[in-house]
Amino acid sequence: MPTDAGSRFVIDDPSALVSALLDDGWRVIGPRVGDGAIVYDEIANPGDLPRGLIDDQDGGHYRLRAGREASWFDYVVGPQSWKKWLFPARQKLWSAEKTGDGFDIEPAAEDWPKTVFFGVRACEIAALAVQDRVFDNGDFADPGYRQRRDATLIVAVQCARSAATCFCASMNTGPRADSGFDIALTELADEAAFLVECGSARGAAILDHLEMRVPEKRHLRAAEAASKNAADSQTRRMLDNVPELLRENLDHPQWDIVADQCLGCANCTLACPTCFCSDVEDVNDLEGDHTERWRTWDSCFAADFSYVHGGSVRRSTKSRYRQWLTHKLSTWHDQFGSSGCVGCGRCIAWCPVGIDITAQAAAFAPGPEQSGD
Amino acid sequence: MRIHGIEEILSEHPVFKAFDKETLGLLAGCARNEHFRAGDRIFTEGDPADKVYLIREGDAAVEIATSERAPIIVETLHAGDVLGWSWMVPPYRHMSDARAMTEIRAVSLGADCMRTKCDDNPVLGYRMFQHLLPHMAVRVRALRMQLLDLYGTRKG
Amino acid sequence: MLPRRYRVHSTWAELAGVASMELTPVDGAAVVFQPGQFNMLYAFGVGEIAISISGDPAEPDRLIHTTRSVGAVSAALTDLRQGDMLGVRGPFGSAWPVAAETGRHIVFVAGGLGLAPLRPAIYHVLEHRERYAGVTLVYGARSPDELLYAEEIKAWKSRFDTEVEVTVDHAGSAWTGRVGVVTTCLDRALAGLDPATVSAFLCGPEIMMRFSVMGLADAGVPPDRVWISMERNMKCAIGFCGHCQFGPEFVCRDGPVFRHDHVAQLLSMKEI
Repeated sequence: MPTDAGSRFVIDDPSALVSALLDDGWRVIGPRVGDGAIVYDEIANPGDLPRGLIDDQDGGHYRLRAGREASWFDYVVGPQSWKKWLFPARQKLWSAEKTGDGFDIEPAAEDWPKTVFFGVRACEIAALAVQDRVFDNGDFADPGYRQRRDATLIVAVQCARSAATCFCASMNTGPRADSGFDIALTELADEAAFLVECGSARGAAILDHLEMRVPEKRHLRAAEAASKNAADSQTRRMLDNVPELLRENLDHPQWDIVADQCLGCANCTLACPTCFCSDVEDVNDLEGDHTERWRTWDSCFAADFSYVHGGSVRRSTKSRYRQWLTHKLSTWHDQFGSSGCVGCGRCIAWCPVGIDITAQAAAFAPGPEQSGD
Repeated sequence: MRIHGIEEILSEHPVFKAFDKETLGLLAGCARNEHFRAGDRIFTEGDPADKVYLIREGDAAVEIATSERAPIIVETLHAGDVLGWSWMVPPYRHMSDARAMTEIRAVSLGADCMRTKCDDNPVLGYRMFQHLLPHMAVRVRALRMQLLDLYGTRKG
Repeated sequence: MLPRRYRVHSTWAELAGVASMELTPVDGAAVVFQPGQFNMLYAFGVGEIAISISGDPAEPDRLIHTTRSVGAVSAALTDLRQGDMLGVRGPFGSAWPVAAETGRHIVFVAGGLGLAPLRPAIYHVLEHRERYAGVTLVYGARSPDELLYAEEIKAWKSRFDTEVEVTVDHAGSAWTGRVGVVTTCLDRALAGLDPATVSAFLCGPEIMMRFSVMGLADAGVPPDRVWISMERNMKCAIGFCGHCQFGPEFVCRDGPVFRHDHVAQLLSMKEI
């Protein structure tokens, strides 16, 4: 059936779509189970997608368990995000070889086949857009990031459910994505079907290969209801005026309270889909003739992150937590014109002591005394 | 030397010009002109601090000597500065050396004379400290910065 | 994002542990820079650090950097000899507003090695002296044998159209100049000027800049006419690695030169 951006269809399940992508030579990256969590790795066939699983998430808590047997996407986001692929944790930038009178520099070859990110949630689409603005800041752009991003198809999944840690509704980043995808799927549990949205010409080209049906009113209503249910069931929310609130309270006693809890372990920055801080490493061979410069993930929680002139500017955990929170929720606006937070809740689940970013933000609001989480 | 001339000189000094004519007249009684040639010692560590010097022209070095090294200049004072503050606090002894780097013209005020006048006239005493202390505060702050050794090489 | 290859044209010692070098590009033409900008200098196999450009912006062919040897990379850079190759990325960062502040009395306040990032601006202002109402340099160093660019300072001091005041933290008794801090010197220099006409460019240890700013404010210099140069940990110099953040500012892109009143509040906070 003819497809174009904005058109909608119904299919029974995603297997045919996955097969079509694989047959068309796409590398498909999607949700798998790894170490008891949902991780994003290569899919070799539709059977690799985990079925019948659901997650329980809360402050410092994540459990994957058996849920509705027939379900495809009842779980939401795990500890990994798509930055694992677009902004790899370790990446070679260039290498250099000693020559007779100096050295030659060789940029690292980019090896990125045409790739599909399968199962991208609305908050994650928002996170991709946030990182797009980081890695092209108007003056400088990361060519490798752009190349990978352009060569990647996005197949989104519209969440029909929220975990207790989700707060995308209050961040206006979900649970529904209206754009930023090539194809979007909504699981309609009661209809034993999926609503398919075509989001782009690229998506249309893929969908043209599939047997699809015209959606009926009940499908559209079910999809709407799924999104509404996911939004309404969210229990956590972010305050509205957070950027100003944090900017005006850099000396608030709350910082001392959270500093007592924070371990400075950097889990939040690793799990966060928008955190972008990196370090560089120069790696040599034993003879010293060949050297490589690698970029690695870094975290503002690292003790020497702000090292200058014999000491670090942010020596205390308090100051480093403050840096992370004020950057994520406040100064990100000054730098990139949006929040750095997309409401995915990963930092809440993966903090070993369960520090809740929404509760932390709320603690700065004037009013009845609020304790740290 | 006429008392009148000293009053004029005092009234031109940045620290003392704030005083009224009557007070300056009082202080002039403790004052005398001083002159040092380049290289002259102005006072030595341990000496009784019996004068305070208002530098009119020239440069003075405040130095500290130790047995194992040559004297170190810790501060230089110039026209408009006040040299000597040990006269204000017991045991009224100089804690460093002072040397004229160039020819110096100054006005000195006798410490005993000043302290007596301040005892007799507490308002004068208060004004004296009111005008001298800010000058000292600026120097204490500066000395703290010198102590920090800001330009020194750091490890790292 | 790739370093460009440069060769060391010449290198000379400035002070104990401080060396300067003149660099020429291996591939391509010399790059124009603005006074106050910096490059990322790469020593093969060791690493990269941010070093201010210290040469004359009117002579971009003579790229000059002054480096103090304090760590592995700076030691490797100061060990380079004529003909050695290194990598250069840049120029990066914001500049001293030498064009915007014409007609003003420019007061340069430098401490220690802070004179190095200011020198390009001093060169520019002195080369176009007629465009400015006046020029004053106040410079403080640790001791007489730690005065950077001492010969040049003497040359500037001998000009009739430039005021130069030098002070050291301490000195042997053979020293005939001032001993004391830059702020004391600055106060004296400002005493003879109409503060409303002064534009000040400051570079040195943060504490020195902080107290100098207070001195400028006390003297009546307008707060929107004071610029400082800041330093933070830099890895990428292009706003991607996050290390140099200072509140919302990326020191590598929004700085290192900042108008002081734009960052005054941040500077007054600890561990920001």
